[in-house]
Amino acid sequence: MAQSSQAAGGLQSIPALLHRNATEFGSRPAYREKEFGIWQSWTWKDTEVQITNLALGLINLGVNEGDFIAIIGRNRPYFYWSMVAAQAVGAVPVPLYQDSAAEEMAYVLDHCGARFVIAEDQEQVDKVIDVQDRLHQFEHMIYLDPRGMRKYDHSRLHEFSHIQEQGHAARDEFTPELQRRSAKLDYDSTCVMLYTSGTTGKPKGVVLSNRNVIESAKNSSEFDHLGGNEEILAYLPMAWVGDFIFSVGQAYWCAFCVNCPESPETMNADLREIGPTYYFAPPRVFETQLTNVMIRMEDAGKFKKALFDKYMAVAKRVGPKILDGKPVSLGDRISYALGDLFIYGPLKNTMGMSRVRVGYTAGEAIGPEIFEFYRSLGINLKQLYGQTEATVFITQQPDGEVRNDTVGVPSPGVELRIDDNGEVHYRSPGVFEYYYKNPESTASTKDAEGWVATGDAGFIEPDTGHLRIIDRAKDVGKMADGSLFAPKYVENKLKFFPNILEAVLFGNGRDKCMAFINIDMSAVGNWAERNNIAYSSYQELAGHPRVLEAIKDHVEEVNRSVAEDEMLSGCQVHRFLVLHKELDADDGEMTRTRKVRRRIVEEKFDDLIQALYAGKDEIFTTTEVTYEDGRKGSISATLKLIDAAIQPVKTQKVAAE
Amino acid sequence: MTVQKEEGYVTADGRKIGGTLMEMKNITLRFGGVKAITDISFDIKEGEIRAIIGPNGAGKSSMLNVISGFYVPQEGEVWFRGAKRPPMKPYEVAQQGIARTFQNIALFEGMSVLDNVMTGRLNNMKTNMFQQAIWKGKAEKEEVENREVVEKIIDFLEIQSIRKTPVARLPYGLKKRVELARALAAEPKLLLLDEPMAGMNVEEKEDMSRFILDVNDEFGTTIALIEHDMGVVMDLSDRVVVMDYGKKIGDGPPDEVRNNQDVIDAYLGVAHD
Repeated sequence: MAQSSQAAGGLQSIPALLHRNATEFGSRPAYREKEFGIWQSWTWKDTEVQITNLALGLINLGVNEGDFIAIIGRNRPYFYWSMVAAQAVGAVPVPLYQDSAAEEMAYVLDHCGARFVIAEDQEQVDKVIDVQDRLHQFEHMIYLDPRGMRKYDHSRLHEFSHIQEQGHAARDEFTPELQRRSAKLDYDSTCVMLYTSGTTGKPKGVVLSNRNVIESAKNSSEFDHLGGNEEILAYLPMAWVGDFIFSVGQAYWCAFCVNCPESPETMNADLREIGPTYYFAPPRVFETQLTNVMIRMEDAGKFKKALFDKYMAVAKRVGPKILDGKPVSLGDRISYALGDLFIYGPLKNTMGMSRVRVGYTAGEAIGPEIFEFYRSLGINLKQLYGQTEATVFITQQPDGEVRNDTVGVPSPGVELRIDDNGEVHYRSPGVFEYYYKNPESTASTKDAEGWVATGDAGFIEPDTGHLRIIDRAKDVGKMADGSLFAPKYVENKLKFFPNILEAVLFGNGRDKCMAFINIDMSAVGNWAERNNIAYSSYQELAGHPRVLEAIKDHVEEVNRSVAEDEMLSGCQVHRFLVLHKELDADDGEMTRTRKVRRRIVEEKFDDLIQALYAGKDEIFTTTEVTYEDGRKGSISATLKLIDAAIQPVKTQKVAAE
Repeated sequence: MTVQKEEGYVTADGRKIGGTLMEMKNITLRFGGVKAITDISFDIKEGEIRAIIGPNGAGKSSMLNVISGFYVPQEGEVWFRGAKRPPMKPYEVAQQGIARTFQNIALFEGMSVLDNVMTGRLNNMKTNMFQQAIWKGKAEKEEVENREVVEKIIDFLEIQSIRKTPVARLPYGLKKRVELARALAAEPKLLLLDEPMAGMNVEEKEDMSRFILDVNDEFGTTIALIEHDMGVVMDLSDRVVVMDYGKKIGDGPPDEVRNNQDVIDAYLGVAHD
């Protein structure tokens, strides 16, 4: 069988792609990582040597075919190699979120029954050691950074480089075995198992085959004409399907270079140095970056600020049109060119986006204003709609057809269907194999014909074929008077304001909508500094009367804009409060990918919601918080509950007509 | 004090402590009529973390300044690596392998973090000013070598993101860390830390404690530190010297010192559990 797949010329596994790249593009860089202040690089040839040594070391350590190997660490070449080495020996790599608490890790490690763990450093090793008594199948752990590890019992602990050395030393003995195992890999063998972040309930292990990954990588690379000269910066969690597809699937398919930042804090500097051509980020990253730009422009001199404002207005008017190749007058083209010289060019350079040819945002809806900002600068930012279960791609926006209110047309090879409830279903070569050890969920998500329910409500625009997503199917509801309740829509409008980091809207089955708001500490803190407002903590700042006033203005502005949409005008925010703590994944209020867990927030802050609806002016509350090390504490505060002005819907309509 | 043998001992967590690195014999230091230190003797063994504690004005910083050679005591002897140390200039002490940080941060505020840490390598640079001005050749090679050492320390202390930031722009906790980096850049045998945790919040203290333990563990550096935070001292150090009014009132492992009645009276006020 192995012979036939090779004979067919099929590159049916990641290790096979690695071998092709090492043979054909051996001298091209495959990985770069900044270490000790310098970009260290590995060519495809070096990469194959590294991975082979590691794979031999894993066999030497006793890894069998079908074993699960958990990988815990931030984006570093070593962990990408670990994943491919695991595949080469017939094992299944399971990347984990490295910021998970030990408890969450215990669940996943136990669920997949990982016999081996490859961890980054002492912090991760400690977490696994903390829970290892409960992990019956766990046997050996490999760590990358030896710092602080000297005193540990090394009977089951091994240093990464030692495993590679041992593998290299035993190459004569194990190379035939490695070749035998790698040759057996085909389209049907498992490529990777990724745990979904679990907006609801326990995480589920999504099993993706080589077919899923390689077909998706191939189709999407063709869609955007990705080639071997792309540069990407790998900084998103390795446990997330997106990173796996971009940094492994597409990178191995196209043989382009994956760059790893020095540390999470140096991300922005590293981004600037690398200047990626293909860039991917969740909306939050774009939001944060825009917020930073705006804060810094607020601090700039009058002349610079005026210049910025003038040319940003030009960009807003004509930038997206130029990007989409639509007709623009000569005068506007000249102003835009000047703007590019003075403002957009330097700005893009500062943001590390000078060379971005294709940029994607996904994971959540992006605020239209944020989206337009980047496009107006001439950055080809597009939206993508996808899921782990689809190996990312469901729909994508083709060049020249980019709009902020749709998520684009079906990706190559994807079929779409909207069911009677408005829920979006799809079928594609990327559709996952099954949920590991969870046949009930597999059956309820994926039907016999291979259609998968997305859990999102949406519709396909008849004339353009673009898909529009309204909200999570289970979040979309009806208000007491029967009008549509779509919380995301309003929350995204709120979140566009730099001062607002997060918003949660309530109102399903009720007569009015209420909102929780999280302020953005960096934006509001900077504003407070400029206005001589003293504060000592997040909580104090969040409760400051002038902050509340500013937030109230924002809420009312959103109400005005929501009122313009006939279908959703019932979702205006009647009352709101500013939360005394940031919603946090450690407290279970958000997923690790920073999506709000609506139900949990609703339960946890029930007292606050009651108070909002009861019309109280303020409420005293105590909230339990979990620190990063897992200890618990509590914070209490008296929160002000504030009324916001509502736009009369009817008169608005009359005025509009 | 009965547990330790003359030549080294083994700590509770299994680290082997070597022989005597530095010994202070009957040190007395006077400023005019004021006796800052009266007849104090203690030793620092190779590989250990040694703390000096005491209430305000007890003479801790004076003691550290004696060790670093900044003050020359009127009476007593300082022995370092088996030899009696004659009165020395501070830079000569540094050349012997003793580096320090300061209570009230003494960095070059206008220079970047990297440059500040590079100054810690000064004693390892052999080229002269003229060679450095010409730059090509020897000076360049030397800078590359030293930069490598410095980058490893920057990586170790996790300050990569502020490598190019001027020190003046940094918050206090980070400045402390930069100071530690500069001291480490000299690759000292003995590292003196003057109140490394002063003015820090809990998280910064935890980080700093971690770094101190890691430095000791990874580089095998002997550390002598002065600290006010009792929790930190008791957790970090292998042996503690307690001073009060310029006199030594206790010396031994943290648990022993904690239960010493003189120490409780003078410093802790009440018994800790």
